Amino acid sequence: MLEIILPILIFTALVLAIIGAARRVRLWRQGRPSDVGFFSGLTAVPRRYLVDLHCVVERDKYISRTHVATAGGFAVAAPVAIAVHGLGLGSAWLTWPLLAATLCMFVGSLFVALRRRNPPARLSKGPWMRLPKSLVAFSLGVFVVTLPAAGVVPAAIGGWVLAVLLAAVVAWGLAEMFLGMTWGGPMKHAFAGVLHLAFHRRPERFGGGRSTGLKALDLADPQAPLGAGKPADFTWNQLLGFDACVQCGRCEAVCPAFAAGQPLNPKKLIQDMVVGLAGGSDAGYHGSPHPGKPVGEHHGALDEPIIVREGKALVSAETLWSCTTCRACVEECPMMIEHVDAIVDMRRHITLELGVTPRRGVEVIENLIATDNPNGFAPDSRMHWAADLNLPLMADVRDAAVLLWIGDGAFDQRNQRTLRALVRILRAADVDFAVLGNDERDSGDLARRLGDEATFQSLARRNIATLSQYGFGCILTCDPHSLHVLKNEYPELGGSYQVYHHSTYIAELLAEGRMEISPWKGDKVTYHDPCYLGRYNGEYDAPRNVLKALGMELVEMQRSGSRSRCCGGGGGAAIIDIPGKRRIPDMRMDDIRETGVSVVAVGCPQCTAMLEGVVEPRPEVRDIAELVADCLVPSAQKDQSGRKDNAGQPSPAVEILADA
Amino acid sequence: MPPDVLVESAPADRLGIAVLVSVGRHPLTGRTRRADQDARAYELALSIAGACTALLHAGQNDAENELALRGYLGMVGASESGENTAERLVVIEQAIGADVLPALVNALRELTPELVLCGMRAETGEGSGMLPYLLAEWLGWPIVSGVAQVESVSDGVATLLQALPRGQRRRLSVRLPAIVTVDSAAPGARPSAFGPARRGGLAVSAAASMPDEARAEWLTTPARKRPRRLKIITALSARDRFKAAAAKTQGGGGKVLTGVSPEIGAEAIQALLKEEGVLPS
Ligand code: SF4
Ligand code: SF4
Repeated sequence: MLEIILPILIFTALVLAIIGAARRVRLWRQGRPSDVGFFSGLTAVPRRYLVDLHCVVERDKYISRTHVATAGGFAVAAPVAIAVHGLGLGSAWLTWPLLAATLCMFVGSLFVALRRRNPPARLSKGPWMRLPKSLVAFSLGVFVVTLPAAGVVPAAIGGWVLAVLLAAVVAWGLAEMFLGMTWGGPMKHAFAGVLHLAFHRRPERFGGGRSTGLKALDLADPQAPLGAGKPADFTWNQLLGFDACVQCGRCEAVCPAFAAGQPLNPKKLIQDMVVGLAGGSDAGYHGSPHPGKPVGEHHGALDEPIIVREGKALVSAETLWSCTTCRACVEECPMMIEHVDAIVDMRRHITLELGVTPRRGVEVIENLIATDNPNGFAPDSRMHWAADLNLPLMADVRDAAVLLWIGDGAFDQRNQRTLRALVRILRAADVDFAVLGNDERDSGDLARRLGDEATFQSLARRNIATLSQYGFGCILTCDPHSLHVLKNEYPELGGSYQVYHHSTYIAELLAEGRMEISPWKGDKVTYHDPCYLGRYNGEYDAPRNVLKALGMELVEMQRSGSRSRCCGGGGGAAIIDIPGKRRIPDMRMDDIRETGVSVVAVGCPQCTAMLEGVVEPRPEVRDIAELVADCLVPSAQKDQSGRKDNAGQPSPAVEILADA
Repeated sequence: MPPDVLVESAPADRLGIAVLVSVGRHPLTGRTRRADQDARAYELALSIAGACTALLHAGQNDAENELALRGYLGMVGASESGENTAERLVVIEQAIGADVLPALVNALRELTPELVLCGMRAETGEGSGMLPYLLAEWLGWPIVSGVAQVESVSDGVATLLQALPRGQRRRLSVRLPAIVTVDSAAPGARPSAFGPARRGGLAVSAAASMPDEARAEWLTTPARKRPRRLKIITALSARDRFKAAAAKTQGGGGKVLTGVSPEIGAEAIQALLKEEGVLPS
């Protein structure tokens, strides 16, 4: 009897699954085009899956082993089961491997069930609680019905009662595994995930690469949508990517905004996009909500607006403005989903189309447009901080080994101390450098992350034009945001440079023995990884090497390196300042306090500002440049004014002061 | 106005508003932009329910001006329906150095709005703040300056809140049609969004230019910073200093003249200017 029921069950499930798959593919294809290779993508899947994805999953050993057993078992069992029970092939070459595969999957399922007994808050409940049972049903059901086929037990064992029972169990398993995959059950992640890996919008990320720069909007084409106002405005492979989410909540667990109680949960945000893709309301979501936003009130469809304005839509604007663009979620996501791209796409729509950027954000953007710096300072006061330093100007020297990119920290008294320390170091090491002076503009980082792509591109193009006038070997900056934009985002607009963060550059100077250092006499220190240096640019070692070269004892925070917690200052989040229960920098300072140090080393003006904004008593916040400058042996320091270098020439800094 | 009428008068059931907008200039960098007060005037127009707004600019029609003027067209945010945002901005093209007054008067006679809104003074050109007064004189309409809010419009009468120094407000009612100028006490303009600004309709209408002869004879030089009179505060404690800084300025030497003839008033002003050294004595 089973010989008749099983093929019917299997083929019905297969046909329905194929229909579901076709419908799902049609949904994704509603998105805008994206140029990704079709065949190259498909052929890359095994490697991307087995190496790159596994690498991320591996960070949670328990689940990675469980997944290998369950998914590996299923990947073998599914086709073989179709052959054995669907087509009736009874060779021992098939039945025994099928028994082994289902057994393996069964063991895996038990561990899935174990994890689900007391699931951590980041995991979604609802249908996901059913999944271990369904896995057991499939593996156990197929295992038992294969026993007679393998000749382990006589075929006629049991009777029709048992047969019907078994058929029901197998049917349940098939429904979850085959239908659920394409009709939106928890197993959808496998189907969408594989295709997402094939058509990922950042193929450079696989094989150990890095791709973090935002992609430029085509502003020359007046028809191209400015960001994503409705789900169909995303590219089709972005929509596919959202669908691949397994709701594991790893992104939620690392998101600083979520931890601070701001109304953003990256996992929920991705699920909101899935709701927008498939149409309907978010009532079917069973995970943690966006803090303070009840689940079930939002709804959307492919062609309906995303942003809540009057009434209800899919996502509230505060959710999007809470993100610091720290990329912790992206780094942690086992499905390699690109949350930040999606968030910025929606912000672009808010800023460029709706014009409802929050007030402070608007001020910053208007200042950037009118004065090329976010706080509206007079552009010709950019070099006031260095009035006494006689910095060589590119406009005078035309050519220098190093172009020192100052950044908007030039206007900030705290960061001016870092800048002055950096100049001392460069002079001590006899580096041939020059600055753009008043010709420098904001890099465009802030404008871009506030969604104002137009202002970003305007600033970037003017900066590129300025830079193209001079000869220099590399750009050096103490601002990781400038670093990221100049290095990773200008190339798309026609400016490719070698860009160094000061920690990388100083590490090289120290390795070459270019300065004399007297060892650090103070206490232990810890180091806070800036998101835009670490996760965005992969520089984790150089700052640590510098600190060690100074003879410091480094204590690592629990969250450091690629898992460092954001200071809360990136992506314009500090400007928009969406209220939460706590402040992100306070939480980071708690991480720092836990290490018991009295000094925290940083390498970013934003991080410095955010961490110094935490009320005392707290460890002292020092930039790496300041720490190095403190350790310079006095004899090695050159005349601070640098006057001997260009004695006799009119000094440019004095001219600047005269005009002001 | 030439026969090709680019601005249509408002439908009878809606309040017709014309907002006069100019090309602004950023005070620090001199870059062109939407003028702050004119943008506030448009914002005020957008706050009046059921109005039909026309945006008018009289001046040169070049790429730089266009970019700045498009800033007004980008003001769409805040309301989802956006029903009374202007469909387009009409540029009444004028030659360099033209007096835009006659062209604007003609356009307004054609358009017959009930309310004309504009900033108190332009950020470029003469910026004397005379234009709204001259318009009012030519058209024979009342003018109210420094308005912060339009409270209601009914039966041809508008109720306005006029901003006075130190946050005081005065409620006025004015018979329409009228000219209303807006200063920085009015609510700030909503941001200008790039997409709608780029797409927004900009219609150019040719009009005769009247050269501004008087102005052609003037010599213009960049402004110098004028010395500011320091308020000398001899306070011993921080509290006294704070009180002095926060106190109303006492118009100690001032005089209030009421019910006097214009001649006596003018003499009093002249005497004061001489006393202050503004006019040679
Ligand atoms: S987005 Fe990624 S990390 Fe977040 S829940 Fe989904 S799969 Fe997990
Ligand atoms: S980028 Fe950072 S702040 Fe934004 S959603 Fe991801 S983890 Fe949260």
